[in-house]
Amino acid sequence: ISLKSRELKMRWVNICLLNRDGKPLWMSGRVGETLLNVVMNANGPVEGYGACEGTLACTTCHVYLPTEAYERMCQPTEDELDMLDLAVGLAETSRLGCQVVLKPWMDGMRVQVPKHTADLRGLADDGKMEG
Amino acid sequence: VTRNCCFTGVRRKLHACVVGSGPAGFYTVQHLLKNNKEIRVDLYERLPVPFGLVRFGVAPDHPDVKNVINSFTQTAHSERFTFCGNVMVGRDVMVSDLQEAYDAVVLSYGAEDDQLLRIPGEQLPGVYSARAIVGWYNGLPENKDLMPDLNVETAVVLGQGNVALDLARILLTPVDLLRKTDITGAALDAIAESKIKRIFVVGRRGPLQVAFTIKELREMVNLQGVRTVLNPSDFEGIERVLLENIPRPRRRLTELLLKSTPQGSAGCVGHREWGLLFHRSPVQILPTADGERVGGIHFQLNKLEASGDTMKAVPTGNSEDMPCGLVLRSIGYRSLPLDPDVPFDKRRGVIPNNRGRVEGRAGLYCSGWVKRGPQGVIATTMNDSFETGEAVLEDISNRSASPQAGFESIRPKLASRGVQVVSFGDWTRIDRVEQERGLKLDKPREKILDVQEMLTHASG
Ligand SMILES: Cc1cc2nc3c(=O)[nH]c(=O)nc-3n(C[C@H](O)[C@H](O)[C@H](O)COP(=O)(O)OP(=O)(O)OC[C@H]3O[C@@H](n4cnc5c(N)ncnc54)[C@H](O)[C@@H]3O)c2cc1C
Ligand code: FES
Repeated sequence: ISLKSRELKMRWVNICLLNRDGKPLWMSGRVGETLLNVVMNANGPVEGYGACEGTLACTTCHVYLPTEAYERMCQPTEDELDMLDLAVGLAETSRLGCQVVLKPWMDGMRVQVPKHTADLRGLADDGKMEG
Repeated sequence: VTRNCCFTGVRRKLHACVVGSGPAGFYTVQHLLKNNKEIRVDLYERLPVPFGLVRFGVAPDHPDVKNVINSFTQTAHSERFTFCGNVMVGRDVMVSDLQEAYDAVVLSYGAEDDQLLRIPGEQLPGVYSARAIVGWYNGLPENKDLMPDLNVETAVVLGQGNVALDLARILLTPVDLLRKTDITGAALDAIAESKIKRIFVVGRRGPLQVAFTIKELREMVNLQGVRTVLNPSDFEGIERVLLENIPRPRRRLTELLLKSTPQGSAGCVGHREWGLLFHRSPVQILPTADGERVGGIHFQLNKLEASGDTMKAVPTGNSEDMPCGLVLRSIGYRSLPLDPDVPFDKRRGVIPNNRGRVEGRAGLYCSGWVKRGPQGVIATTMNDSFETGEAVLEDISNRSASPQAGFESIRPKLASRGVQVVSFGDWTRIDRVEQERGLKLDKPREKILDVQEMLTHASG
């Protein structure tokens, strides 16, 4: 088994990232790496991505996944959900990129970075300081 | 830069400046530098040290949130960037001076004042603003001598946002955990001596209207040695609401609240306690018998009435007195006008703007809390700063102006006023001293509290 898992770890997975400007960007990472790592290794094409460096303390690594991929993945942990609940533009298939671990079946997956600026104007009550 | 001019004959150096080095300032700088390879950006900061509320707001026991400092530091190392610390815009240099020296000026100076309750007794000793207490435990120079009296059993926090929970958590966290954070030594000593046994966090509306988020609530519920006290009658009918279609964040938060009531199962046991009180508006802070300091709060009790999309608190006619020895007012931060020259919306406490363009003032922009109001996390501030950065770049590329000298033309003005400008290199010297002091105490850093002392270390 250990040999097999080592072989798997050597496998590369290609991910298509739809950036805020709508442009697709192909990146690759190894099985077992997080999406955050992949983006960082690609020279940080997404501005501001991963502000807390993968410690579940920001939401800047927020992405939308394809529904099938979302459902096939391990459920987000309670801690990830707590943080996601703060994300602007939270949707059904939202995940935090620092918690998404690459699997061989993800090869070719399309991941979308939310375009938050449009949502900001609608932001009325979220994160307000008083009750 | 000179080479550019020679080759093309038309290229000139663009020069922008940003006022305030919190997340809004740094993210605006980052966006400008990244998306325009010609532009130079100077960042003016009131204090000798950068990062605004990341250093002076974010709670000491949330070090991960402060990792963002690493990416700001990387931005600061750009050759096209200059940090000008210890310069207070509106006093040392005016916005009009900056506008003369730069193609674009972005105001990102945050929200440095706090909202008042405007009720009798608010000035009594023992009533503090959240901003001042947060500034005190985080080492903000102007709050270093605050020394709040924690020799009381019951404290009340007015307001139910994340800052309110930050305060309650820091005051109730076991000192041995705080010791490993960058909380100031003085605050640590005071909290170690604290007699506080219970903290009530009070809001004028109900459990469905709280403004804090689930992460902060979970930390309170799981706080070591501290019991959560919630009144089950406040939650009557809530289960029915949960059956309705409410957004996931509100649903999960409410479920955790329900789980933390005595009927629920979550929460720690402990010799100290904290609780949430609802439907109460403070109408007067009551003095002790000798009139010397705060002795309690007189509350008006509320019920909720639908008003448009939200629930409004209206008085029931009943009231209640609650004894306490410490009152922390946590009903929001507030921006102040910086310079009479800059338009300011007093009512909303923001600079009137259109996507970051200051209304009626070409070449002037704003981002962060002074643009949007004092709400939202660092990620929200990041997005709105990118929006402002976008506006600056759009306008700059459409305008033809004469070359601007930037900081070089401001420097003599500051020198004549005797201002010691702190560069980013100077800050790294202060940073090193703080980290070295921290190392001896087994904590990430021991902050320097005195501006004069910061300046001494800055000059090496
Ligand atoms: C107590 C507290 C805790 C928080 N905790 C978190 C958290 O855990 N996670 C999170 O994501 N967000 C948190 N936030 C929110 C976050 O801090 C804000 O979203 C963010 O700091 C706003 O950025 P800003 O740059 O607009 O303002 P600020 O961070 O306040 O920056 C403003 C800067 O401008 C400078 N300045 C002011 N006046 C002048 C002047 N006249 N001339 C020059 N410079 C000037 C100030 O010194 C300061 O450095 C917290 C906020 C508070 C108040
Ligand atoms: S990088 Fe901050 S939560 Fe993922």
